[in-house]
Amino acid sequence: MSEHHEYHDPANVINPEHAEHHIVTPLQYTYVFGTLLLFTGITVLAANIDLGVFNPIIALGIASFKAVVVILFFMHVKYQSRLIKLTVGAGFFTFLALVTMTLLDYISRAWGLW
Amino acid sequence: MSESNTILKLPDQRTAAMPKRHYINNEDGLLSWLLTGDHKRIAMLYLISITIFFFIGGAFAGLIRLELLTPQPDLVSSDTYNKLFTMHGIIMVFLFLVPSVPATIGNFLIPIMVGAKDLAFPKINLLSWYLYVVAGCMMLAALVLGGVDTGWTFTTPLSTHYLNTHVITAALAVFVAGFSSIFTGLNFIVTIHRMRAPGMTWFRLPLFVWSHYAASILMVLGTPVLAITLVLVALERIFGIGVFDPTKGGDPLLFQHLFWFYSHPAVYIMILPGMGVISEVISTFSRKRVFGYTAVAFSSVAIALFGFFVWAHHMFIMGVSNYSALVFSLLTMLVAVPSAIKIFNWSFTLQKGSITFETPMLYAFGFMGLFTIGGLTGVFLGALGMDIQLSETYFIVAHFHFVMVGGMLMAFLAGIHFWWPKMTGRMYPESLSKLAAVTTFIGFNLTFLPQFIVGYLGMPRRYHAYPPEYQVLNVLSTAGATVLGVGYMLPVLYLAWSLKYGAIAGNNPWQATGLEWQIQSPPITSNFIETPIVDYEAYDYEWLARKTEQEVTTVG
Amino acid sequence: MHEEHHEVLPQHLHHFATEEQQRETGTFGMWLFLLTEIMFFGGLFFSYLLFRNWYYDAFVAASNQLSIPLGATNTAVLITSGFCMAVGVWAAEVRKQSLLVIMLILTTFFGLVFIGIKYVEYHEKWEKHHIPGAHFDVSEFVHPGDYGLKEKPLAPDMAEKTQVFFFLYFAMTGMHALHMIIGIGLLVWLILRAHRGAFSSGYVAPIENFGLYWHFVDIVWLFLFPLLYLINRHPLK
Repeated sequence: MSEHHEYHDPANVINPEHAEHHIVTPLQYTYVFGTLLLFTGITVLAANIDLGVFNPIIALGIASFKAVVVILFFMHVKYQSRLIKLTVGAGFFTFLALVTMTLLDYISRAWGLW
Repeated sequence: MSESNTILKLPDQRTAAMPKRHYINNEDGLLSWLLTGDHKRIAMLYLISITIFFFIGGAFAGLIRLELLTPQPDLVSSDTYNKLFTMHGIIMVFLFLVPSVPATIGNFLIPIMVGAKDLAFPKINLLSWYLYVVAGCMMLAALVLGGVDTGWTFTTPLSTHYLNTHVITAALAVFVAGFSSIFTGLNFIVTIHRMRAPGMTWFRLPLFVWSHYAASILMVLGTPVLAITLVLVALERIFGIGVFDPTKGGDPLLFQHLFWFYSHPAVYIMILPGMGVISEVISTFSRKRVFGYTAVAFSSVAIALFGFFVWAHHMFIMGVSNYSALVFSLLTMLVAVPSAIKIFNWSFTLQKGSITFETPMLYAFGFMGLFTIGGLTGVFLGALGMDIQLSETYFIVAHFHFVMVGGMLMAFLAGIHFWWPKMTGRMYPESLSKLAAVTTFIGFNLTFLPQFIVGYLGMPRRYHAYPPEYQVLNVLSTAGATVLGVGYMLPVLYLAWSLKYGAIAGNNPWQATGLEWQIQSPPITSNFIETPIVDYEAYDYEWLARKTEQEVTTVG
Repeated sequence: MHEEHHEVLPQHLHHFATEEQQRETGTFGMWLFLLTEIMFFGGLFFSYLLFRNWYYDAFVAASNQLSIPLGATNTAVLITSGFCMAVGVWAAEVRKQSLLVIMLILTTFFGLVFIGIKYVEYHEKWEKHHIPGAHFDVSEFVHPGDYGLKEKPLAPDMAEKTQVFFFLYFAMTGMHALHMIIGIGLLVWLILRAHRGAFSSGYVAPIENFGLYWHFVDIVWLFLFPLLYLINRHPLK
C-alpha cells in the first residue's frame, strides 16, 4: 500500500510525539565512558573504607547512578519519546514493588533472623 | 429500537455465499499454516492446541471427582492422587486458562479492532505458539514419565527436597509456557500503543482491547518472576543447597513470595480478557453502549495495578508477619472494587437495553452471576479471620473454580460463540448451543456449590480421603462434573459440524459495532482492503444504524 | 505528518505504515523485553538481599574470596564493550559501514574477554571446592588462619551458609554470563550482516535494539559487581 504519505490522521495516533531521531555523538559517549570508569574506581575505593551502614548505600547509589547514565545516554532514553521513558520507569517501579512489599514481611516478623 | 424479539434482522440469506478469498483459503498446505505470520491463522492454531489441553486437564478432573465419590481412598494411591490434581492444575492454569482468550480471540481480533493489518511482531507471535507447543509436549513428557505431585503451586521444600518425581521437567515446561505468554503480551502492548488506525484514539477502542492491554502488562511484568522462581527450584533440586529449605537456613516463604508475585497477577491475566469479552457481548445483545466506558476502561488498568500488590493473601497461614498480613488483607479488599465496578457497569448497560438471549448472552449472564459469587467469596477469604478457617479447604477450591470456570471459561465460550461467525464465516446451531450453555450452567452449579459447603464444614483440599459425613455433597459434586463434561463436549461437536454445515454468517450477523464487524467473514489476510479511518465512538449504535440503512441487504 | 525518511527501505514490513512506525515499535518492543529481564533478575536480587541480611558474616567471608582485581577489570571490560557498542550504533546511524563492523568486532572481543576472566574465576572456585553441592568445603571459613587468610573464623553453622552465597554468586553471574554468551552469538550474526552492508543504508533497527540488550546486560553487571565483590572490604579492626 503506497498510501502512507497520504494518511489523514487527525488524532495522530501513529506517532503522537514525533520524537526527533536525535543522534548521540561519540564525544558524548566518551564522556559517559569516562564517568563510568571513574565511578567504578570510586566504588572500589569506598568499599575499603569503613562507613558503617553507609557502605551498602553508597555502593548501591553509585551503581544506580552508573545505570542511569547508561540508560540515558548509551541507551538513548534521554532523547526518546515519553512512552519509552514511562516504560523504563514502569519496569523499575515493578521491581521496587516486588522488593519493598516482600521486605515488608521479612522486616516485620517477630521471629527470625532479620 | 427493534420491533421483533430478536436483534437479528439477518440479511437475506438465500443469496449468501462465503467470500471467495479469505485468510483460510488464501494459501494452501501445512507449511503455510506452520510458518504463517498471519495473526488469524496463529489464533486458529492456538485454538486447536488449547482445546486439546483443556480436555486432557478435564480428564484429570474427571478422575479426581471419580475418586472423591467415596470417602475411602480406593480408586488410586495417595501419590497418584497427588499427581492427578497437580497435572489438572498445571495444565488448566498454564496451558489453558492463561492463553485461552488472549492467544485465540485476542490474537485474532486485536489487530482488527485497532484497525491494523497484523500484530506488531508477527514472527514473535508465531514463536509464541511454538513455545506453547513445546511447553505442552514437555508437560506431556513429564506426565508420561510418571507425573508430578507437588500441586500446581510447586510449594517448597516439598518440591525441592522431598520428592523424586519429575519436578524439573514440569517446572521447565511452565517456564517455556511463561515465555509464550510474555511474547503474546509484548505483542499486544506494542500493537495497541503504536498501530492504531487514524482516528482510533484510546477512548474509541473497544473495551475488549483495554482489558487485553491490562492483561498484557501483567503478562510482561509478572511472568518473568515465575520464570526465575522455577529456575531456582530446579537449581536447588540439582545442587541441594537450601535456599528454600529451613533445615539448611533457607526460607520456604521466599519461594512463595516469588511464586505468588506472579501467580496472583496470573489470575487477573486469566480473567481480564474474559471481562473484555463480556463487555462486548453485553453491549451487543442489549443494543446499548457500555455504561460508563471510561470507568470500565480504567478499572481494567486498576485491576492490573492493584493486582501486583495483593499476592501475600495466598500466604496468610504460611508464616508471614501479622503486619504484612494486615496490609495485604486491606489491599485485597481494595482490589475487589474495580471488578465490582465492572459488574455494576454491565448491569447498568443491561438496564433499558433491548436484551435478547442468544448463546453468547447466555454465557455472559452466567458469567455475571457466577463471577460475582466467586469474587465475593474471594473477599471473604481476604478477611484474615475467615482465611485462617477456610484456607486449604474446599472453600478455596470452590472460590477459584467459580471465578475461573464459572467466570473465565464461560467468558471464553461466550467469546468463541460470539466471534465464531467472524472467524469461520459460519453460524453455529443456535438451539443446540443454548442447550449446551444451560447444561454447563446447571452442571457447574451442581459441581461447585456443594464444594463451598463441604469446605466450610472443614473438608481439606488435596485429600482423597474424607470423613463419611461429607459423602453426599461429594457425590453431588461428581454428578455435576459429569453434566459439566457433557456441556463442554457439545460445543466441540457442533462447532466442528458448523464448519461445513453451518449457515453462512455474512459480515455482521449480530449487527454489532466494532471494526471487526465491518469486514468480511472470514476476513482477508490483510484484514482491511483499505485502512479504516475512525471518526465515531465505540459502541455507537446510531452510527451503525445510519450505515446499515444505506447497505445492500443481501449477503455475500 | 512529519516523516524523516520518505524513502521505503527494502526491509520495510507491509503491516507498518511508515518507517518511523516500524522503528519505534521495534524499540518499544525491545524495551518491553528488557522489562521482563529486569523482573527476571529481580527475583535473584531479592533472594540475595534476604540472605545477605540473614547471614551477613558468611556473606562477608565468602565475598572476600572473590578477586577484586579480576572483578574490577571485568567491570571495566564490560563498560568498554558498551562504549564500543554505542559508537557502533552511531556508525550505523551515520552510515559508516567499516567503522560499524570494527566496533561490533571490538564489542565482541571485549565480551569474550569478560567470559574468559569469568572462566578463570569459576575455575578457581572449582579448585577450592567452593562450588555449591556435594563437594562444598567450608574449612577455609572455619579455620581461615590455616589458609593464610586474615578473616574472622566462622562458627560451623554460619560457615555452612557461605554455600548460600556461592549459590547466589553462581546463579546470578551464571545467568548474566548466559545472557552475554547469547549476546555474543547475536553479535557474530550482526557482524556478518553488517559486513554485507545490511545496515549501511538507513536500516539501523537491529543494531540499535541489540545495543539496548547489550547495555542492559552491562547494567546487570554494574549491580552485581558491588553486591557480590564489595560487601565488606574494610581492613580488619
